[in-house]
This record gives sequence, C-alpha cells and structure tokens, in this order.
Amino acid sequence: MSGTAQIVIDRVSHLYRPPRGRAVLALEDVSLEVREREFIAVLGPSGCGKSTLLYLVGGFLPSENGTIRVDGKLVTGPGPDRGIVFQHFALFPWKTVRANVLYGLEKLRLPREERESRAQKFIDMVGLRGFEDSYPSQLSGGMKQRTAIARTLAIDPAILLMDEPFGALDAQTRSLMQSELLDIWRRSPKTVIFVTHDVQEAVYLAGRVVVMSARPGRVKAIVDTNFDRSVPHLFKSGPFIEKVDEVWALVREEALKAQERPQP
Amino acid sequence: MKSAMLRYLPLFLLAALWEAVSRSGIVSADTLPPFTQVLNSWFDLMKGGDLWENAASSLYRGGMGLLLAIVVGGTLGVLMAWWRPVNAAMSPIVEIFYPLPKSALIPVTVLWLGFGDGSKILLIFLGCMLPVTLGAFNGARGSEQVLVWSARSMGASRLRTLWDVVLPSALPEMLNGIRTALALSFVLLVSSELIVARSGLGYLIGFLGAGGSYDAMFAVVLTVAFLGFVADRVYQAVVNRVLQWRE
Repeated sequence: MSGTAQIVIDRVSHLYRPPRGRAVLALEDVSLEVREREFIAVLGPSGCGKSTLLYLVGGFLPSENGTIRVDGKLVTGPGPDRGIVFQHFALFPWKTVRANVLYGLEKLRLPREERESRAQKFIDMVGLRGFEDSYPSQLSGGMKQRTAIARTLAIDPAILLMDEPFGALDAQTRSLMQSELLDIWRRSPKTVIFVTHDVQEAVYLAGRVVVMSARPGRVKAIVDTNFDRSVPHLFKSGPFIEKVDEVWALVREEALKAQERPQP
Repeated sequence: MKSAMLRYLPLFLLAALWEAVSRSGIVSADTLPPFTQVLNSWFDLMKGGDLWENAASSLYRGGMGLLLAIVVGGTLGVLMAWWRPVNAAMSPIVEIFYPLPKSALIPVTVLWLGFGDGSKILLIFLGCMLPVTLGAFNGARGSEQVLVWSARSMGASRLRTLWDVVLPSALPEMLNGIRTALALSFVLLVSSELIVARSGLGYLIGFLGAGGSYDAMFAVVLTVAFLGFVADRVYQAVVNRVLQWRE
C-alpha cells in the first residue's frame, strides 16, 4: 500500500500519566498505514490503548515518541479534517439536535443558508427529521448517536474516527446502526478508523482489522476482512464465521494476558 | 389560582393569628402592632413615596453589587478551573475569605467608600462573589473532556472552547451559587443600611423604629420579606428557562 497511505502512524508510543500514581505505557511502537477511503477497525482487549491511538490521530493527545502524518502533514492538534464520534456521544447537552449539527458548520464560516440546508440534509439522512428541536436529554441512546454522527459528517471530514460508537447501545439498535453506517460509508466513502472490542462488529464493518496486544498496546496482527457486504445474512455465512473465529482467537489470547496482569 | 390560594393559606392564617394576638392585648400594640394597622401604614408609606424612594435605592445597590459579583465571580471561577496558575494564586485567598462573616466588612467598606451607595455595592459584591466563584469553579471543573475535544475537532480554538463548552457546562452549578448569593445580598443590604446609611429599606426600618413608628417599621420589614420572596421566585423561573435542556 505504498504511496497511497493517507494516515501514516510511525513507531508511536504514548505514556499515560494519571493525575495520581505512576505513568503507564499505553502504546508502544505502533506503526500503521491507512489508505484513503479505507474502513479499518482496531480491536483489542480493554485497556490496550486502542482509544488512545484514536485520540493521537485526532490530535487530542501528544505522542511520546514517533510521528503521525495525515496527508503528509504532521498531526499537532485537532482539526476538522478528522471528525470524531465518541462512545458516549459527546453531544452538547445545552444545544438542540439542530444546534449541535450546526455547531461545526458555524466554525466553517459557511453562509447561513448553506449551514441550515446542510444541517437539515444530515439530520434527514440519519432519520431524525421531526426531532430538530429536541435536546439530547430527550432522545434515546440510538438517536443521540445518530445526532453525533450527523454532526460529524456535516462538516465533511476526510477522515472519520469512531471510538466504540455503538458500545453504549442495545443489541438491536447497534445492529441497525452498523448497517446504516455501512450505507453511509458506501454513499460517501471516507477513511474510517473504527475502534471496538466487538469482534463480529469489526469483521462485519471493516476491510482490515487491526488486532492490538494487551498493554502496552502494539499491533499484534492485521487481518484482511473483505466481504461482499450486500450478501443477505452475511453473519451466518461460513467464510464470515470462520473469519470471526480467526480474529477472535487472536483477541482472546490478548484478553487472557490482560486478565493475568494485575490492574495498576 | 385556587391551588395557589390554598398553598398560601397558612400565611393568611398567620396574619389572622397575628391580628388576634395583638388585638386581644396578650402582647402590647407597641411590641406587635395589629396586622391591619401595619397594612394601613404600608399604604401611607406608599402614598408618601418614602417606600418607593428607599426601595429604589436599595434595589439599585443590591442589583449592582450582585451583577458585579456574578460577572467577576463567574469569570474567576471558570478561569480557576481552566488554568492552573490562576487556581494556585486564588484558591488560598478564596479559602480564607469564604468562612468570613461578610457583615464584618461593613465598617471596612464604609471606611473606604463612605455612607453612600459605593460602600453597599462593594460590600454586596465582596460578600456575594465567593458562592458564585465556587459554583462556577466546580461546574467548570466538571466539564467533560470529550465535549472540549468535540468542539476542538470541529474547528474551535482552545480559547473558544472556554466560551462554547466550559461556561455552559459550568452554568447549572454557577446558577445555584447565584441563588445563594441572591439571598445573601438581601442580608448584607439590609444590615449595612441599618448600621450606616442615609437611605434604603434598612435605613427606613432603623429610622422608623427609632422614632417609635412601629406599625410603619413592620410594614417595611414585610416589604423586604416580600421583595426577597419575589426575587427568589423570579430567579427560579429564569433558571428553569435557561436550564430547560436538562431532563
């Protein structure tokens, strides 16, 4: 994949320094290249630093060692080229659905009419027409996450960072949102880094799955997971199940290691 | 309307009891003038304009002091939460002054600014600032990291997140602090006016009391109580509106 990589993570380490207690090496020597418009999932046991990796790409945290480049430019801070969706939605609770979606568009200094029409377009796209004036506290978990997705997509970032975005949703909502996300991605392909601890979700959504080791997080394996996702009942097909098993075996090893180690 | 009447029924009963106790002669009319007589004096004071004038000057002092306390105290609290050096510099000062009974500052502010409006405004500002500061500080400190990150990833500068994210996150707790400050402002206002002033409701209470017009004095005391009640009610209504986004 030389030459076409959009995100280049080069031997990155990160030291997590809690307010109290000693520093913990969260990531060690992680290298990864992500192509433009590729959907990649990052999988690993909890505490392996997979979210940290995402925050580093997002520019929210500084890396201890190594570099991260996006389109050849060194990441030094957050920017609207990299949109992010968090597990717990991170909606502004004091803003309505519409105002949440408008927020990023205002920062882009778009003319008022364009802001309004673009916000409405993305609200419609995630199926929230009629809820524009609701506050997040009045919405269900799934609706909150739809709002968060609309808010991020509205500013049209080239890269979409997703931090266990469906982790807080119930099983039915989660599977609906997964296929909706694939739909959206097919219609307007973006580079996606999708962090999850759900093996099936990773295999279903991504073209490649990055399996991370237990702390300190390293890249343990990268598994190709290309399926024709328009096949009905893909979940039940043999090749899909085999792939899930293969990835699951890799993750399981690491999860066991993580359990044996005392938590700091 | 009917339920409101029912709700405040105990107040009417209290007024009736007051009237009865006073009329029966159990206590002397000087100690507790009959309620109806107090009401009469209240209308007289209104007609004479004394009550209006003094209420206006009290409300001006209270309003200005409180406004300053909210602006300065709120800003200070948010900055303390956001920027460590400000916290390091200010938190010992806040800790020392928080438990100080602010009425002890009455002579100090008079010494500095004299008998007029200035000393009352300064006193109320100093006395009401800390509850606002602490509310804003706690609220701002509790603002969620991911909300700041969200704003940053959508193009907000670091400074801008202070206004867009930290301040609204701090608002609920800060508004609680302001409610405390509001109640405190009445206490400080009336006590400072009682001690040294040439106008204001507190001054009027002291003046009428010293002159033996107890029924009029009671009328002013009731006015202060009523103003305090209305202020709190109005404030609560405003807060409910501002915080309507909460569950």
